[in-house]
Amino acid sequence: MSKVLANLKYAASHEWMLLNADGSVTVGITDHAQEALGDLVFVELPEVGAHFDAEKEIAVVESVKAAADVYAPISGTVTEVNQAAADAPESVNQDAYAAWLFKMTPDNVADLDKMLDAAAYQAVADAA
Amino acid sequence: MLKKTVLNAAHRAMNARMVDFGGWDMPVNYGSQIEEHNAVRNNCGMFDVSHMCPVDVVGADCRVFLSRLVANDVAKLKVSGKALYAAMLNDAGGVIDDLIIYFLTDTRFRIVVNAGTAEKDLAWMQAKVAEWKLDVTITQRRDGANNLGIIAVQGPNARAKVWEVLPQSKAATEGLKAFFAAEVDQYFIASTGYTGEDGYEIMLPAGEAEALWNKLNAAGVAPCGLGARDTLRLEAGMNLYGQDMDETVSPLDAGLAWTVSLNTERDFVGKAALLANGQQKQFLGLILLDKGVLRGHQKVMTAQGDGEITSGSFSPTLQQSIALARLPLGVQIGDEVEVDIRGKALKAKVTKPVFARNGKAVI
Repeated sequence: MSKVLANLKYAASHEWMLLNADGSVTVGITDHAQEALGDLVFVELPEVGAHFDAEKEIAVVESVKAAADVYAPISGTVTEVNQAAADAPESVNQDAYAAWLFKMTPDNVADLDKMLDAAAYQAVADAA
Repeated sequence: MLKKTVLNAAHRAMNARMVDFGGWDMPVNYGSQIEEHNAVRNNCGMFDVSHMCPVDVVGADCRVFLSRLVANDVAKLKVSGKALYAAMLNDAGGVIDDLIIYFLTDTRFRIVVNAGTAEKDLAWMQAKVAEWKLDVTITQRRDGANNLGIIAVQGPNARAKVWEVLPQSKAATEGLKAFFAAEVDQYFIASTGYTGEDGYEIMLPAGEAEALWNKLNAAGVAPCGLGARDTLRLEAGMNLYGQDMDETVSPLDAGLAWTVSLNTERDFVGKAALLANGQQKQFLGLILLDKGVLRGHQKVMTAQGDGEITSGSFSPTLQQSIALARLPLGVQIGDEVEVDIRGKALKAKVTKPVFARNGKAVI
């Protein structure tokens, strides 16, 4: 059974988001997503400074089995990437909520309110 | 409605992640796919391959039938129990399926064909028996009464584990060289596999498969899914039907020339087309030098023109991405080429199409 954390927001495309005190948003893939993909062997991160519209492909995670796109859950500009996750993709399997992928400054922080809460995402994950 | 093997409940009891594999509800992994892969390279793992279809070929004309049916030559099968890997071709020289033929007696052979191609294979074989007016009876053994389950036990410790669980099989199987089979009571035990490791593939009455599966597991044999099976066969440089070749691809362009016997008088379906067309492409390996993962259908750019990856993944043994690819003639082993991965041209090195066997990298 995959984990869903109560303090995070979620996209139906299986990204999690954490709103930080400085207004930036940390993004990763959910435990459900890493479990479905299996052993991750490659993570391609976006470039810092690049702007992405919501639902656009922003990163790629590849397991032994398959490649999966990661989508920008909300529109914003990438401010930081987690090189440690790219150097050790298995860290995402070990703890998908610790091994974040990138941080972005949202165009509109209110967009976060439209994202799924833990209960709503749990329902999405259970149905998948 | 997905088809289920006789071990379906056993997989679910072991918390397998199940996927639709060509219409079959099959385990892709139980836990970590890489750990399952490494268990087979270093110790022992087992696979449910009961979705594959055993076909019994019986009758006075078995040898005539098989010598015309497949591109490899069953005349090579001289000792009872010997197995032969072969491609069954259409008239255009394309591969209908790749299969293993086991020679039991001159009037009894067993073939094992792929899961997704079983129906068309059986129809093709039946049509050829009728067309050639031969005394041959074709009987599939996967579905219905008298059906068989198949468990592949693979890895350096596979034989010892099988003897521990089936001690009555030891005398008949310990002398088996690679690519042979022995019949022990209701068990058909073959020293064949799809991993590049030693081991057995065991066919047995379907009703007994779950008990054997659980006994092997209790003896410490790791259950492994189709995910690990795919990376193991890819490292071993073994073709996968539907990816590395199909009905539109000549065996000569799919790295299967070693299974095609053209130098005798013997005629077989597809021979004229192979002789007329010759080899058009080379089947070679790739190792990705940049970071990323090679996958099927990616374009390969070489100095001699473009080619295509037919199978690619990450190699747990090499800790690098590897692939099998169909490349233009003239490309040499050792050449550096580029692969188009999501619009980026990444560097790869051309290798022979085999990467790891018997626990070790061979590249």
